[in-house]
Amino acid sequence: MHNLEQMFAHIGDPGIVIAAYIAAAVLFILCLGGLSGQESAKRAVWYGIAGMALAVCAAIFTPGVGHHWLIVLMLIAGSVLGYLVAARVQMTEMPQLVAALHSFVGLAAVFIGFSTHIELARLGHAIGDPAALLGLEPHELSAFAVKLLAKSPAEIAILKVETFLGVFIGAVTFTGSVIAFGKLAGKVDGKAKKLPGGHALNAGAAIISLILLIVYLNTGSFWALFLMTLLAFFIGYHLIMGIGGADMPVVVSMLNSYSGWAAAAIGFSLGNDLLIVTGALVGSSGAILSYIMCKAMNRSFISVILGGFGNTTGPAMEIEGEQIAIDAEGVAAALNEASSIIIVPGYGMAVAQAQGAVSELTRKLRARGKEVRFAIHPVAGRLPGHMNVLLAEAKVPYDIVLEMDEINDDFPDTDVVIVIGSNDIVNPAAQEDPNSPIAGMPVLEVWKARHVFVSKRGKGTGYSGIENPLFYKENTRMFYGDAKDSINALLPMIE
Amino acid sequence: MRGPPFQQDDFSVSVLPQGQQDYAVLAILVRSYGHSSSQEERPLRIGALQEVYPGEQRVALTPDSARQLEKLGHACFVVAGAGAAAGISDDAYRAAGVTVVPDAAALFSEVDVVVKVRPPAEGEVKLFRKGQTLISFIYPAQSSELLEELKERGVTTIAMDMVPRISRAQKMDALSSMANIAGYRAVIEAGNNFGRFFTGQVTAAGKIPPAKVLVVGAGVAGLAAIGTSVSLGAITYAFDVRPEVAEQIESMGAEFVFLEFEEAQDGAATGGYAAPSSPEFREKQLAKFRELAPDMDIVITTALIPGRPAPVLWTKDMVEAMKPGSVIVDLAAERGGNCELTRADERVVTDNGVVIIGYTDFPSRMASQASMLYANNVRHFLSDLTPSKDGVIVHNMEDDVIRGATVTHDGAITFPPPPPKVQAIASVKKQEKPKELTPEERRAQEAEAFRKATGTQVGLLAIGTVLILLVGAYAPPSFMSHFVVFMLACFVGFQVIWNVSHSLHTPLMAVTNAVSGIIILGAVAQIGSSSWIVAILGAISVLIATINIVGGFLVTRRMLAMFQKS
Repeated sequence: MHNLEQMFAHIGDPGIVIAAYIAAAVLFILCLGGLSGQESAKRAVWYGIAGMALAVCAAIFTPGVGHHWLIVLMLIAGSVLGYLVAARVQMTEMPQLVAALHSFVGLAAVFIGFSTHIELARLGHAIGDPAALLGLEPHELSAFAVKLLAKSPAEIAILKVETFLGVFIGAVTFTGSVIAFGKLAGKVDGKAKKLPGGHALNAGAAIISLILLIVYLNTGSFWALFLMTLLAFFIGYHLIMGIGGADMPVVVSMLNSYSGWAAAAIGFSLGNDLLIVTGALVGSSGAILSYIMCKAMNRSFISVILGGFGNTTGPAMEIEGEQIAIDAEGVAAALNEASSIIIVPGYGMAVAQAQGAVSELTRKLRARGKEVRFAIHPVAGRLPGHMNVLLAEAKVPYDIVLEMDEINDDFPDTDVVIVIGSNDIVNPAAQEDPNSPIAGMPVLEVWKARHVFVSKRGKGTGYSGIENPLFYKENTRMFYGDAKDSINALLPMIE
Repeated sequence: MRGPPFQQDDFSVSVLPQGQQDYAVLAILVRSYGHSSSQEERPLRIGALQEVYPGEQRVALTPDSARQLEKLGHACFVVAGAGAAAGISDDAYRAAGVTVVPDAAALFSEVDVVVKVRPPAEGEVKLFRKGQTLISFIYPAQSSELLEELKERGVTTIAMDMVPRISRAQKMDALSSMANIAGYRAVIEAGNNFGRFFTGQVTAAGKIPPAKVLVVGAGVAGLAAIGTSVSLGAITYAFDVRPEVAEQIESMGAEFVFLEFEEAQDGAATGGYAAPSSPEFREKQLAKFRELAPDMDIVITTALIPGRPAPVLWTKDMVEAMKPGSVIVDLAAERGGNCELTRADERVVTDNGVVIIGYTDFPSRMASQASMLYANNVRHFLSDLTPSKDGVIVHNMEDDVIRGATVTHDGAITFPPPPPKVQAIASVKKQEKPKELTPEERRAQEAEAFRKATGTQVGLLAIGTVLILLVGAYAPPSFMSHFVVFMLACFVGFQVIWNVSHSLHTPLMAVTNAVSGIIILGAVAQIGSSSWIVAILGAISVLIATINIVGGFLVTRRMLAMFQKS
């Protein structure tokens, strides 16, 4: 009996560890809350770091945790790798990086779920059986195993559901993030692709997973868990393959949310409140971001996830007129005359790495006493807030970078609007043509300005393949060419 | 009016000052014309008359438009001295390849198409031959005698004032181009007679209030007047019976004088022009003007209804209510005037010192540019009339623009034209004005909304509670304690994240990424297992979670450090 007492002495984490977890949870909440402003955010990130350090230390020094040398080794290796990644990543590559990091959380959730299963299978016979318990060597048990042994059969059943769920969400997050990473990095074709069968395949896989859950609950068979993991991998892959480039902001925030829910599910299975709290925070953060993105496209979350745009109800409005091209001299002349200028950046600016040139242009124009502002559509780019980060990188002051709602009323009083590499977010068809696939999507009303210059590579349509009547408007001139070269060509002509 | 610089009968002396060559050219032209009816290659001959209407300084052909016409394969003629008043010498015409002929009679004998500005005078009509085409302002609704006469003579008449208002015909819309000039000039004339500043100033010597200008009728002339007045610095108000022009008025920087009335008219149905309004509407409108009159320094009226005398909008009592020194410019003077006291072509000063300007020749007062614009309108019409550019007029009566502008053709009067097939302006949906609610109604509405919100919230809470109770009934207590934590964390998360600034969404994603590396705790707890598989899985999990944590936090810090205030 001495063994047992010794073992169960640390079923729950010691008070000091729980205190550290509470402190960490508070610090995480402060960290996320601090992101409400640019200045407080700089402090907030330290709260996050402190919370994380506290939590990891507490976890490592929890009684019953073994293989410390292995943990420290991995921590060092992981820190070095993480540092290298963070130091080298280009700001234009942020979407890829975020997607890649999501996949890590997903994969870790899958591994931890598997480990839980293995421990459960190894120790299952001893649960609720004091005789078998006595046969176990305490030093062979991890902190987690001890917790397992203290559970009742009902709790074990719930644990199985939690583990199953954690592995499922983790697996979907993993392959989904890998595909999202591939698409954002240009390694996988960005177009929406579906296997024959479409969403029926996903639905089928989900139903089979549900059946496997029942099988797993009754038999505890590893194969049920493993098969479900494969199916979840497939769902993640197929779901994200079916979503096209411009919907990526929604996808990335959705995966962000999933990684949080996966962590929360793992937290349930491990009985760790800090994991649950943090997972819930991350999960709700991602969910809100997805909601904001969907609202900005006037589309329901479901329709984004199911991919493709809604069906049109009739023929698109005929566009009259022609696209009139203009050269750098013409744009420069208009800029020199203008007193208020709004720049509308889009994904094209990120692709062309034109943010530095744009910043230089802004600096020159502002130095001449002109009012220069930026209008950011919530879904511009491939990540929520992508454009803000790029402009910040190029040293554009954040107080002249405005959101759609803040600036949309100012377009009629604006002399010149420069649209750089964006298309659908400035498409007047969203307001004028009820048959347009993007009808009702809130857009930046650039056409109300006196002059609009559109910097664009060629005459193609946007991601959604919709003709943009803006390009045919009387006050619009097309400034064809690579965005970076075009803006650089303007610079010497600004006087 | 400046007279022609030479007499009708000194053909040989003044017309051909350059001597023999011109004789020769003219001789050839005259000769070729003699047999020309059978010749196919003969260019279309277009000639501009000298305007005989007193004070009219414009001319329907300029050297520039002539050059363009010649490019289309036409030959151009002009009566000597026709452009003098608009600042265009005969030499300038010659330099553009235009043949200068001595008088109207000579011109009529030379040309196929006669272009002019004002409707032809009595003497001019008599010179027309059968088959000739006249392009000019005609005002067919008021000049049935003229139409009759032109019809009798077999003349095809194109009235520039009848060009329909569709976007394709904008380049020939002479009414608009002239109205634009008139609107600008009206403000300038008003300023000339006003004797005070338009713009307000605060100087060391005292404060000057800005002038208040009311523009009645926001057509082309009205909008041009608004633009000019606003740019001179006056506080500008504008009124129009068509509510859809409010946006245009406001875009020009003026304030729309809003009239509350049920059946506002839809300008789109009448080709973009105003239609006569109902007596009730008129009363309301006049009441509004009466209210405005004492405040206004300058009133510019531009209200015209096609085919009718101008409506009287500015009555005697309004004029009497105005301050001394105020100015009324009545752009509708030619058609009777919008102001009761207007006398066409005159400047009237009333007993209370209000100046009423009833000039009818505003475009003519800017003759050079007015001629240029009018000549371009005519040129565009001619190029539409000769689509194959071979000097042959194809009078296509199926074409909306040509049909609309043609008032006599083939010995028949073709006025009024049928309504055009293309609508002038896409009809604007009537915008529902948000109804002004009484405070009680509003309170009731708010209460209703509040009840509804409470209802949904209570409903959701009830459903949530039932679900949680259900879970609680079956799940063990240890699960429930975690579940409470989970639910609370979700609530905190939702509250906190809504406050995150939109521009920090990318840092938010990076930092939540780092934070979700907390999954490392699970790996750390499991890694001590004696099962080597678990140890390896745990080790890998620790490794990738660490990458996540370190990478996520560092990249967030990098990003946040970039955000700088200007």
